Amino acid sequence: MFGAYLPRKPSRALVIGSGALQIGQAGEFDYSGSQAIKALKEEGVYTVLINPNIATIQTSEGLADQIYLNAITPAFVEQIIEKENVDALLLSFGGQTALNCGLALWDSGVLERHGVRVLGTPVEAIRTTEDRELFKQALDQIGVVTARSRACASTEEARAAAAEIGFPVMLRGAFALGGKGSGIVETPAELDAKLRRAFDGGVPQVLVEECLRGWKEIEYEVVRDGRDNCITVCNMENFDPLGIHTGESIVVAPSQTLNDEEYQLLRTIAIKTIRHLGIVGECNIQYALDPHSTDYRVIEVNARLSRSSALASKATGYPLAYVAAKIALGYALPEIPNGITRRTTAFFEPALDYIVCKFPRWDLNKFQGASVEIGSEMKSVGEVMAIGRTFPEVIQKAIRMLDIGCDGLEPAVFDPAGDLRTQLTATPSRIFAVAGALTEGFSVDEVHAHTGIDRWFLDALDDIVQTRMALAEAGRAVAEPLLRQAKLQGFSDKAIEKLCDLKKGEVRKLRRHHGIRPYLAQIDTLAAEFPAETNYLYSTYHAQQDDVAPSTRKKIMVLGSGAYRIGSSVEFDWCAVNAVQAAAELGYETIMVNYNPETVSTDYDTCDRLIFDEISLESVLDIYEREQPEGVIVSMGGQIPNNLALRLHQAGVRILGTSPDDIDRAEDRSKFSALLDELDVDQPRWSLVADVAEADAIVEGLGGYPVLVRPSYVLSGAAMSVAHEENELQRILERAKEVSPEHPVVVSKFETHAREIEIDAVADQGELVLWSISEHVEDAGVHSGDATLVLPPQKLYISTIRRVRQIATQVARGLNITGPFNMQFLAKHNAVKVIECNLRASRSFPFVSKVTNANYAAEATRRMLGVRRPVRNESLDLDYVGVKVPMFSFSRLVGADPLLGVEMTSTGEVGCIGDNLHEALLHGLMATGFQPPQRGVLLSLGPWEDKFWFTDEARVLANELGLPIYATAGTARMLADVGVACTMVGKSESEPNNAITLINDGKVDLVINVPREYDRFGRPDGYLIRRRAIDAGVGLITDRQLARAVVDALRWQRDHDHELVSWNVLTAPRGVGETTQLRLARRSDSAA
Amino acid sequence: MQLILEDGTTFTGTAFGATTGVAGEVVFNTGMSGYVETLTDPSYRGQILVLTYPLIGNYGVPPPRAAGSLTGPFESDRIQVQGLIVQSYVDAYSHYAAGRSLADWLIAEGVPAVTGVDTRTLTRHLRAAGTMKGRLIANGEATTTRLREVDMRQDVFRQVAPRAATRHGQGDHTVLLVDVGAKDNIVRSLLARGVRVIRAPWFEDLSTYFDEADGVLIGNGPGDPSDLEPLIAQVRRMLDSGDKPVMGICLGNQILARAAGAKTFKLPYGHRGVNQPVQDLLTRRCFITSQNHGYAVDHDSLSDDWEPWFINLNDGSNEGIRAKTRPYFGVQFHPEARPGPEDTGYLFDEFVRAIRRPAYA
Repeated sequence: MFGAYLPRKPSRALVIGSGALQIGQAGEFDYSGSQAIKALKEEGVYTVLINPNIATIQTSEGLADQIYLNAITPAFVEQIIEKENVDALLLSFGGQTALNCGLALWDSGVLERHGVRVLGTPVEAIRTTEDRELFKQALDQIGVVTARSRACASTEEARAAAAEIGFPVMLRGAFALGGKGSGIVETPAELDAKLRRAFDGGVPQVLVEECLRGWKEIEYEVVRDGRDNCITVCNMENFDPLGIHTGESIVVAPSQTLNDEEYQLLRTIAIKTIRHLGIVGECNIQYALDPHSTDYRVIEVNARLSRSSALASKATGYPLAYVAAKIALGYALPEIPNGITRRTTAFFEPALDYIVCKFPRWDLNKFQGASVEIGSEMKSVGEVMAIGRTFPEVIQKAIRMLDIGCDGLEPAVFDPAGDLRTQLTATPSRIFAVAGALTEGFSVDEVHAHTGIDRWFLDALDDIVQTRMALAEAGRAVAEPLLRQAKLQGFSDKAIEKLCDLKKGEVRKLRRHHGIRPYLAQIDTLAAEFPAETNYLYSTYHAQQDDVAPSTRKKIMVLGSGAYRIGSSVEFDWCAVNAVQAAAELGYETIMVNYNPETVSTDYDTCDRLIFDEISLESVLDIYEREQPEGVIVSMGGQIPNNLALRLHQAGVRILGTSPDDIDRAEDRSKFSALLDELDVDQPRWSLVADVAEADAIVEGLGGYPVLVRPSYVLSGAAMSVAHEENELQRILERAKEVSPEHPVVVSKFETHAREIEIDAVADQGELVLWSISEHVEDAGVHSGDATLVLPPQKLYISTIRRVRQIATQVARGLNITGPFNMQFLAKHNAVKVIECNLRASRSFPFVSKVTNANYAAEATRRMLGVRRPVRNESLDLDYVGVKVPMFSFSRLVGADPLLGVEMTSTGEVGCIGDNLHEALLHGLMATGFQPPQRGVLLSLGPWEDKFWFTDEARVLANELGLPIYATAGTARMLADVGVACTMVGKSESEPNNAITLINDGKVDLVINVPREYDRFGRPDGYLIRRRAIDAGVGLITDRQLARAVVDALRWQRDHDHELVSWNVLTAPRGVGETTQLRLARRSDSAA
Repeated sequence: MQLILEDGTTFTGTAFGATTGVAGEVVFNTGMSGYVETLTDPSYRGQILVLTYPLIGNYGVPPPRAAGSLTGPFESDRIQVQGLIVQSYVDAYSHYAAGRSLADWLIAEGVPAVTGVDTRTLTRHLRAAGTMKGRLIANGEATTTRLREVDMRQDVFRQVAPRAATRHGQGDHTVLLVDVGAKDNIVRSLLARGVRVIRAPWFEDLSTYFDEADGVLIGNGPGDPSDLEPLIAQVRRMLDSGDKPVMGICLGNQILARAAGAKTFKLPYGHRGVNQPVQDLLTRRCFITSQNHGYAVDHDSLSDDWEPWFINLNDGSNEGIRAKTRPYFGVQFHPEARPGPEDTGYLFDEFVRAIRRPAYA
């Protein structure tokens, strides 16, 4: 407005990413980092990115100028600063990981030494927000109230502080993400236990605070520019009172139970505090507010983009990350245009004329032994956001979006046990227990007394419960007013059909008859006060007309991935975004449907029209009927859209790519098995168990144990498991909800000591276009999402590779595939068997696309749209190796057994590239937090063949790497037999020399535990050792093949340095025989 | 009940307040909290108010305040709007300070209200077609029925002003608050800064208080400033005769401008909300403000003795003026907030500082 005033624009900026997705730090940072890079590129700043998360949009071609897929450690970042001649650093877009790394670089003087400026919030201010004591002092200076607290660096200090404040107290860890190590502590004994976990887990300082249980938890997102203009973009209220981490809480925006006095009180304090702290950019401030007065406490300030800021961006349409990046470059808020209205500026506070509800997605039942109680530590792995105009409408939408098998707020759907208080304990299914209690006639006041949830929310839930009962009573005679009321309260057609005993599709017909339909409304940031051209839309039954008419251009619709969960995460967002971009390049208008606020696909500038809504048969049909696209892409968002293919097709929707009938042939086990037989392709033997009594005979027929067991009817639970013997099979069958001819259990032969291979491919009318083969480092049996993937394969027989490709070619023809697909194989002694085939983009699409530098998602989209361009497939003969390494979050899941199996448990992944397997593997492991051992290694090797197998590696560890070896009894005996020196330790803490104490004392920094036997809880042997390693933050390897690969790599590392090379340099087309070194030399020549 | 707009557009909903039919100008407000403050703001006198935030009633309404009391969140001693239109009224309120539901309050004060209206579509219509009059009537009621309506040219200014002057507070200095429907929080804001307040109705002879007062504040109010010629004439004499600090808020700003010879005009659909961005043209600093006005000062018509002070960042319209050499200034927004952001509360500090330091001029 008054001309841009830029103090000193950087010329080469480094953005630090957040690394692998893990609990507490998920896809939201792909969104914020991508926005920041976009803002930098607009200003012509040369941008370098470090982020090993290969599945992200930010690490894709066309955003940053140089991308480093490496571990985010101070040493590596320093190397990049030198190499890329970086003069500015952005710390606030990569979560706590980036912030901590930046602080370390500042403290060690690296930034000063290299003349690197930190853009945005100054490091001193970040430090104040991160150090609890400094923070408290700073807020005291301006009379802002914080919780009474003591920062403690030792157990003794913490005990004294708790005694002074009085139990219960709140315990928090400083410098920790997702509230790690925190919780309400009721007794001194509990305090000691939690302190040990926190201090052992590497938390340097804990905070003992007054407990404000039951207070309201409120957050504000605040933006301040370098000229002291300051606004609050959004406020949010937690459904759950204080005590539940905000990442674990259902959250609504804007606040619902605050009157204006309270709203403004907290807003004014937010601005005063942020000015005083000197934040430049974006931050989040959290409050506790007494529900009985205007008494408040500031809980914390996050001086960076956060999960909440991603949510606030999506909730309001205000692009917080983009604006924060512009501010970091020196712009003032009124100089930044509002991209939604295109006629106002970024200096305003959005007015919402709708309500937003965020609901976390947990996967706790995937973990054996993990506690299901939720509290002040984050355990959820994803979240959904629903938009509507009343709380019932959004909460019911949100519950369906979770994809946990619920059609909305269904009472007591998870069979709660115990008295009301027990049922209402904070767990992922508490809201269903609340609905159950209300249905049974407990009053809102009673439920409030047990949960502390504000009556306002409970009253709204009670409205839903009452309508449910009215629907059930009305039955098939349901009249128009009740139907309309149900739709206004967010009931799905399916839920109404179930309650009223109507046939499938009948409610849709009734709705059409009565003219009851949802309308699309714009998210325009200003509650319609100004005309907006925004394409950001949601649907609601509370409107009487659409805000925008469908366009007349040729267009397609892409269905996104929904909530991140274990097994489906940022990689499918990458696929969906690339599909949209590829279609847009071909001149199509693109409609994106997704409801996950942590994504890039839900940025309104990613597509032509963003419909932030459910991905269900009902909602997709509503949108399809209204927008009339040429077709729908269901193969880029993972399993949720893929599962809709057949039903959408049957309802008359045109599905792009492979025909839904063929998708069904791949998904239906019997049909697919028949196809393989027809093609003369081998598969593991399998059978259906429809009666528990037959199980033994069937297993016998398959060739005996072990077998893989897969129940067909599972309500949001662990799906697969391996039975090694009869009793175990019986246990698993008992766990399955139902075993019957309608819901049979699939039992298949489980192959041991076999290799597992994957092919990711794009086909066009049955012919392969792009394909790449990756091998697992681990033996078959580790879920492909938890396996370490190597591309191109380094150890497969050429004949195996040939056979894999042949099978893929046959299957592609057999299913007449057009678009993406992925197959998994077992290989044992050259015999190749097909495990499964998915006719959709796979988890490894971004990995193979980036390693081979061929965009599989874009190519698949072009083929689905009938566009053929010549493509070169180079995926076998590469001059480098890509390795994908899973990231686990076991440290956040108290009690969970950190063991790999057929069920996926990893929460994220990294992909790194090196000149050889050793280098790539080490980079990958380091990027997931692994540190090469220096103090000692504990070996506990389980089965005798593994022990024997590992002797060479044990020798390398002991002799060549000079590491002290400790071993449990059996392993120690084997090592003695082969002449490797080691110290024997016991497995149980009661023994004098034992593994647990060894880990506690820090004598080992790597534990290799390959388990076999089971203890009396049915847990694999060595659980205590593994759990102790995780809780103490010590590296843990539980697979023998991975263990061997790691030892090989460590040996290689002894004689080699880690020189970092960017993805762009590594994968660019190169001349014959040109090595990475030569390329680097040439690049530095041309730079000079 | 039905809302029938001047252009014939009709919106139907369910009554939740009184069921009396009313007529008035239909305006929308985009604030997300503060319905008690908004409903009692005298600037809304005679208007039918549409709230764009869909959930209204969540935190109920505090018990009635005692006669003569100035306590918040009430901004005057009654509901001022003609009628209220919301998307979804929430009857089951939850708040420690609440004593009754919004519906109970509306019924007690005889104010009609409608829920179940698509207020976004209504707002888009008002924005596109401009503010217009509307009638709120019970379903089936004859459209020819004579409805309760406020005469916006004359009566409205009498209805919102006190019958006689009142005095408030203790202090070393005195402010004369010219009341054309001033919000109570203007008084509270002055009292909090330790000055005495004489709250005098605009139609009295203000010169009788002038000797006693150290400064004059012309408050907010409803209607078109050009209909207040008698007050403008009084203010003009005040400006010409003395050099005591004069501050205008909202309508007061427009009165000040007209007294100084400038023009005012009607905005297409006004500024009503708590998120209006303004910029101080001298310091370039920006603030989020609470606003409620349908008219604005034409800053091109200011004489050489005056200058524009604040502008609206959204549409560039004037948000404040000041005299170049005398302690006279006015702002179009509400520094007293209630509802809305408190960012510009410092203007009261500046005003009181000017009063305490007469050499300011």
